[in-house]
Amino acid sequence: MSAMAQVIPIERARREPDRCRALTAAGRPCRNKAGLSGFCRVHQPPVAPEHIGPFDAEGVREVLNFVTRRLTGEYWVDDFGFDPELPERVFLPLVQGLYRRYWRAEWIGLPNVPSRGPALLVSNHAGTVPVDAVVMKFGVLGEHPAHRHVRLLAADLAFRSPIVGPMARKMGSTLACEEDARRLLQAGQLVGVMPEGYKGVGKGWKNRYRLQRFGRGGFVEVALREQVPIVPVAIVGSEEIYPMVGNAKLLAQLAGFPYFPITPFFPWLGPLGLVPLPSKWIVEFGEPIPTDDYGPDAWQDAMLLFELTDRIRDTIQQMLYRNLMKRRNAFL
Amino acid sequence: MAQSGKRVMITGVSRHLGGKLAQRLEADPEVDYIVGVDLEEPEVDLERTEFVHADIRNPLIAKTIQTTEVDTLVHLSIISTPTRVGGRSAMKEINVIGSLQLFAACQKSPALKKVVMKSSTAVYGASPRDPALFTESLSASGEIRHGYAKDSIEVEQSARDFGRRRPDVGLTILRFANVIGSEIETTLTRYFSLPLVPSPIGYDPRLQFVHEEDAEEVLYRATREDHRGIFNVAADGVVLLSQAIRICGKLPLKVPLPLASPVANVVRRLGLVDFPSDQIPFLVYGRVADNSRLKEVFGFAPRYTTREALEEFVRGHRSRRFVTRETAEAWEQEVYDFLRRARGGRAGGAVR
Repeated sequence: MSAMAQVIPIERARREPDRCRALTAAGRPCRNKAGLSGFCRVHQPPVAPEHIGPFDAEGVREVLNFVTRRLTGEYWVDDFGFDPELPERVFLPLVQGLYRRYWRAEWIGLPNVPSRGPALLVSNHAGTVPVDAVVMKFGVLGEHPAHRHVRLLAADLAFRSPIVGPMARKMGSTLACEEDARRLLQAGQLVGVMPEGYKGVGKGWKNRYRLQRFGRGGFVEVALREQVPIVPVAIVGSEEIYPMVGNAKLLAQLAGFPYFPITPFFPWLGPLGLVPLPSKWIVEFGEPIPTDDYGPDAWQDAMLLFELTDRIRDTIQQMLYRNLMKRRNAFL
Repeated sequence: MAQSGKRVMITGVSRHLGGKLAQRLEADPEVDYIVGVDLEEPEVDLERTEFVHADIRNPLIAKTIQTTEVDTLVHLSIISTPTRVGGRSAMKEINVIGSLQLFAACQKSPALKKVVMKSSTAVYGASPRDPALFTESLSASGEIRHGYAKDSIEVEQSARDFGRRRPDVGLTILRFANVIGSEIETTLTRYFSLPLVPSPIGYDPRLQFVHEEDAEEVLYRATREDHRGIFNVAADGVVLLSQAIRICGKLPLKVPLPLASPVANVVRRLGLVDFPSDQIPFLVYGRVADNSRLKEVFGFAPRYTTREALEEFVRGHRSRRFVTRETAEAWEQEVYDFLRRARGGRAGGAVR
């Protein structure tokens, strides 16, 4: 049944153009104000969804419109080059399928991530390829009730690389430097940082789930300066996706990478060796650590910086051990 | 000034911004005297501006500064492209040595009270190690060895040296982002007028512009008001290179990075765009400056965003567009209708 099938007496429609065209239950013309369709809200006839093949017509329309806007440049990016539409509409469905079905990710303590205002997420970093950062970002976007974007801080190598660099910016990442971190936090954003850096992501298989040095604690300094809470994050599962059993240092130097991974499958199986293994993931967000009660000048206190850095590192290490115990088998 | 009005000298008066500034100052009753210096005739009609046809390296300029007793110098004649002046060494000569001589002349002129200098955000360079936005206190993360950026850094340095020797002179350095709009012609506007716009494969930098009217306004205010220091003059917001090409209705010509320099050379030889190879990193990594200091101190916020400035440029330049919003929308409707017909679009449930 479509709107066209309704028979409307033309005269009445002419007499009262802004009134609803339907008849009430008593058989009299409805006196309500009509909307665009010519009916009031009560008498609005149900419009059956139109379909194109197996797809909803509205959905098809929307996808086409999205493509058109992309082709004419009708979209907005922020000062960092963040293009929210891309992660929300293009990448979330892809990554969500991956972490839900393939890695069967379990999310613990998501309510510890604030729904509003700035916070600094501090996480462990592992897995040879920084997939953990991607999963954390899209996990918060997809699973957290506020669907917030984590603005990840990445090394300059990412921005030097073709394709990866521009993509990282479009996903909301920016360079891991004090200026950018503070600017994002001042704008009330959720910032994600992995202080282990290359030492974490490129560590060997035998060191799995052992936290490396947390840089120089720059992230704590930024959090204290901006007085934003720090949320410790422990990601279990990333270590097993590419078990790095060796490091071809010469190749790494030639290619200008910090390390060149050798796994049981890469480079032996070629591109097939690039398929990440289906490990079981558990991502836990710990209780936020407030930083505002230390006062506005606390960031200059080097001892406090060391102390807080260690405390956060310990917290994440404990969470890692706890969830490793919980997860009996790495792949089941 | 109680006894007499302002006396202003503008170098580079024949270029777009210089001409506009001279016009604004002519209309200002508090400005008594304007003298413009350039190598070419001014492109706009000027009524009471005295024009000195000379190079800034000419000793005549020093004499003019002293005899006319100008109290304000607006130094705009820093050139960004080498071809028109006959090569890179000539360009460097004019920019660096010319400015040095100009400031040397200024030092000897007791009447001079203010220097406004046009610089560029190019001084920040463009690299993957830079923060997202440059504030005035930052400098390029890598070493800048050649080209326009290097010249700008050196000219700024000689301006600051002059400022130290003459602390009574108020020095304003304006670092402009790429000026764009419906009238101005620059390397960048010619680049975006190409039918196929060369852009590097695998990179999509953030670009930032400033609309010509906003640039004029800031330049005028800097000349008439007193704002010492360095200021980024740039619009709010950014556009991505790929996005800018699409807003211009153009198609990208994807160039692998190693071929960028040869392609720039070919485009230059063909006389299409004088795009110096030293500016290629700008189209690879992009550059965005923070304009909050300008807003705060000048009390003026650029009226056009980066995107609006670019749209003004598109409106003013009738170059060929491949994809317009209308064609794209028509195309969208066509595909939709085609799908409906082909897949038997029907109300009320999926088709078996």
